[in-house]
Amino acid sequence: MSQRAQRPFVFYGCTELREILGKAAENEKELADLIEEVPPDSIFYHTHSFLLRHRFANGEYLNDFANWVATEVEDRVLGERLGIIDPSEFEDLEALREEILSIIDDHLAGARIIPRVIFGEPFAFMQSRIVQIPAGTEAYSLEDLRQNLEEVDISALYFHLFEARLRLKRRDYDIPLWLMEELGLKKLAEQIRRIQLYSMSLEQLRSKLLSLCEREIEVKRGEG
Amino acid sequence: MRSDIEAYREVAPKGTLDFLYRLAEKIRGRTFLHINSTRIGGGVAEILQRLVPMMNDLGVQATWEVIEGTRDFFAVTKSFHNALQGKEQVVTEEMYRTYLECAEENARQISLEADLVFIHDPQPAPLIQHRHGGKWVWRCHIDLAQPQRNIWNFLRRYVVRYDAAIFSLPKFAQRLPIPQFLVYPSIDPLGPKNRPLSREEVATVLERLGIERNKPTLLQVSRFDRFKDPIGVINAYRLVKKQIDCQLILAGGGASDDPEGAEVLSDVKEAAGRDPDIHVLELPPDAFLEINALQRAADIVIQKSLKEGFGLTVTEAMWKGKPVIGGATGGIRVQIIPNVTGYTVHSVEGAAFRIRYLLNNPQLLARMGGAGREYVRRNFLITRHLGDYLTLLSFLTQS
Repeated sequence: MSQRAQRPFVFYGCTELREILGKAAENEKELADLIEEVPPDSIFYHTHSFLLRHRFANGEYLNDFANWVATEVEDRVLGERLGIIDPSEFEDLEALREEILSIIDDHLAGARIIPRVIFGEPFAFMQSRIVQIPAGTEAYSLEDLRQNLEEVDISALYFHLFEARLRLKRRDYDIPLWLMEELGLKKLAEQIRRIQLYSMSLEQLRSKLLSLCEREIEVKRGEG
Repeated sequence: MRSDIEAYREVAPKGTLDFLYRLAEKIRGRTFLHINSTRIGGGVAEILQRLVPMMNDLGVQATWEVIEGTRDFFAVTKSFHNALQGKEQVVTEEMYRTYLECAEENARQISLEADLVFIHDPQPAPLIQHRHGGKWVWRCHIDLAQPQRNIWNFLRRYVVRYDAAIFSLPKFAQRLPIPQFLVYPSIDPLGPKNRPLSREEVATVLERLGIERNKPTLLQVSRFDRFKDPIGVINAYRLVKKQIDCQLILAGGGASDDPEGAEVLSDVKEAAGRDPDIHVLELPPDAFLEINALQRAADIVIQKSLKEGFGLTVTEAMWKGKPVIGGATGGIRVQIIPNVTGYTVHSVEGAAFRIRYLLNNPQLLARMGGAGREYVRRNFLITRHLGDYLTLLSFLTQS
């Protein structure tokens, strides 16, 4: 018989409203100036919410700044330098913002002209407003969690892995924390924490979580 | 009983319908009033005809009112429409008066009570002066990238009184003190322009239009308008034709009641000359079946616009599994993912090169077409549009 939590893990999906900030950059200097100025939610939008969009639209890199520089300004070097940024390496959005700015400033310091869009589109700054929707499912055991992870709307993965953890900073929506506190599954929680969140799509993240949960269930069965 | 919205379960991405039900549950009982200026004809009416019943199916009390206006009023709003889309107009004080008087009259006729009042486009915008309560949103469907300043400044006086504005592309947004949201337009996959057609239905339409399917078919569907660059399409076709035998269909309307459209159509016919493989089809505005069949019959769809709003003809073609070659402008850039769902091009030569490449690599036609259909399924179907509006209702009316 698998262990049963006292407090269930409640799943939420989410839906995104995209807000246009009315600020646009036509060259890399303006991009840096505006990155410095926009609210943290805009930095979050341009470095995270692409995950909610279709994989075709993601572009080559995992943040909007890198994709714009590479495809609209056609500055491959800066595109590559921004494209390698992994947001999970930064403590918060301000630290991430600092890193992006420092890469652009360093690049511009060595440039003879400021690269700009000629035939491309300006970079339009946006931010998202996330509306949280109850997914209608809750888990009391690891088996329940595995089942829910398989069936839940893909936006729930985004909500629990990124939105709740990084922006809302809600501990009660955190999957590894729940596994550790309610089921005592410290090792599984650590394995989930170590997943490279930014290197795969939400569907790939779902598969990864499922396989980790399944492996743990097998181990528990073997022990039982 | 199966409601209308259930029919979308088979075409929308997996889980979408259940998600919409849960979203609607959150806002059940709230009222949503749409107001626009026409019940029939045009993209706004087309989408509201489907969206409003779908909202009601989900338990949101949605209603749709249409403002009444005199012939003079609609002549004025047509001028405003052109001016806001960057076509310089002369507008007199008398015209402003006609516009505002109509709003006064309609405010007496229409009940403006709702939790969320959605005003579509400039025609009913001054109704905001008669707001009793609820949240008000101005939904702009037109291209406001380069509006005529004096007309926009006049309209802006009303727009700033709303709680939010919605635009179809970020570049249409304006300097406004209210939140501005991005909501892409959408197509109805079950509507007459996009519903599945049998091979027989397609064949019957082509026969009626006098088109044979004995060689690769290139198609552009659009009004006969210089911004759609139909002459450029003919020139691209000619470059391709030097190496590959193919045919070109240019299908569109808007020429009969539009002097400029008639002039463009005449130029197009002259450019086509006596080439039997160029078919110039002037279709009525309600030729949904014909457009549907032509898009399904085409091998490659072209939308070589020089300037474009969103470009829903691109969405329609992608939904039918066709690769699209489009001008790198407006919403075409949002829809075409280069090398994946088609190509964006900047010149006649660029269009010709991509057409030739695709015709020489027919395996790409199906691959890109399939990718395009999936991209539309996720991003540009009416179910996504419905989700965006319900999210806005939830966001703006939350306690």
